[in-house]
Amino acid sequence: MLNIWQEMLSYPFMVRALIVGVLVALCASLLGVSMVLKRYSMIGDGLSHVGFGALAIATALHLAPLAVSLPIVVLAAFLLLRIKESSKIKGDAAIALISTGSLAIGVMVISMSTGMNTDVCNYLFGSILGVKQNEVLLTIVLSVLVLVLFILFYNRIFAVTFDETFAKATGTRADFYNMLIALLTAFTIVLGMRTMGALLISSLIIFPALTSMRVFKRFKTVVISSALISLLCFLAGLMLSYVYATPTGASVALLNMACFVLFSVVGWCKGRGWRA
Amino acid sequence: MALLACENTGFAYDGKAVAKNLNFSVESGDYLCIVGENGAGKSTLMKGLLHLKAPASGVIRMGEGLRADEIGYLPQQTAAQKDFPADVYEVVLSGCLNRLKGRPFYGKAEKKLADEKLEQLGITPLKRQCYRELSGGQQQRVLLARALCATGKLLLLDEPAAGLDPIVTGELYELIAKVNRELGLTVIMVSHDIQSVLQYANKILHLDTEQLFFGTVQQYRDSAAGARFAGGGTYA
Repeated sequence: MLNIWQEMLSYPFMVRALIVGVLVALCASLLGVSMVLKRYSMIGDGLSHVGFGALAIATALHLAPLAVSLPIVVLAAFLLLRIKESSKIKGDAAIALISTGSLAIGVMVISMSTGMNTDVCNYLFGSILGVKQNEVLLTIVLSVLVLVLFILFYNRIFAVTFDETFAKATGTRADFYNMLIALLTAFTIVLGMRTMGALLISSLIIFPALTSMRVFKRFKTVVISSALISLLCFLAGLMLSYVYATPTGASVALLNMACFVLFSVVGWCKGRGWRA
Repeated sequence: MALLACENTGFAYDGKAVAKNLNFSVESGDYLCIVGENGAGKSTLMKGLLHLKAPASGVIRMGEGLRADEIGYLPQQTAAQKDFPADVYEVVLSGCLNRLKGRPFYGKAEKKLADEKLEQLGITPLKRQCYRELSGGQQQRVLLARALCATGKLLLLDEPAAGLDPIVTGELYELIAKVNRELGLTVIMVSHDIQSVLQYANKILHLDTEQLFFGTVQQYRDSAAGARFAGGGTYA
């Protein structure tokens, strides 16, 4: 086990994937608790599709992928929240509209520039080589920012997630914190997209939170357990993908799914035992 | 000057008036009940008093140093809370958020206040229980404790007894009356339950888009609106 890790970490690209992956897994799991409870899970999914479109455009124009996709995804996050509030078009329909739209744009741009090749596959399902050297620093800075902001605003995020009306009535700027959560999620998705893949990144957001909620009943324990589950699943998934040459994103997502099943069983047993 | 006063206040959604020409005032220590049919504008007025909705006309004045974020609120329950993982203490403590003033975390004072409110409402034994596993009556007590953490002056309640059985409803109304009496909190409550309202409140505001009546409970019983809405047999 230790030997495998030693060998893995002798490759610079693995070290980069590890650093970025661990940070993104942490950010995603923390934000995920709030996203799932606020019924915003699909926003995360929609944003990753927008990220795919943005990535395709950036590659076609030979621009830095992060610099292009970050602002576009952030913009989409604001837009999706606005739509949810105004509700002229219902929230879920609007998300489907935007995510399929961006997917179509992305595929079109790719086929017109480089053609449908392995690149597309890498964008959609992620690649361990996805993290470029010159982007590691930006990724670290942004994900540390996400973590620090989440911890600083933890109590406010709890209040806004649990009861937005009450929070607003007692003077918490709920709209600001909704935007903040969406903004941080947008960051996380863009940063994690190339390792995990556009289609799989939202599994990092949704699974750990749902898994923890099967068993734990306090917000704080749910948050902490989400972070731990996410971290472990990522590390194990990365190793799995290295040893058996499986796609990283899918490996991590599958492990997350296994955890979900495991925790569901534990939660079910606990529930029965408690009543008996 | 009154704690809270509406002067010719009106509210509208998309230009359509849902409440207009409201003129009433609440003094410190009052127990005001807002009654009326569904769609009479009760909940909209509640939102207005909480500054969640701006009045379309008129003004809402606040006196005696009452700040907008110092109003405790017991909202109707939302669907999201039905499966929300949080224990009672976390929920109650979140009522102290308006005391943080920019600080990121709760200090000793906030934690002490939360413990105090748990004690006052008799739910200290539930402190570490999961909120979603409590009964409806217990959940309302927890939300009441949270509201009390947020305010020392004014408590707003929106149909607090909705979905509760008669015995639990009675207990909750008793508790609210106790809060009004013993802690000296001003209470404004929206309710359908006219019989209880007449028993506990000292002022009544009857809405039907317009203000049909505002005054004391005794005046209300003698008024035309009161006789019609409360029906006979309430002179117990």
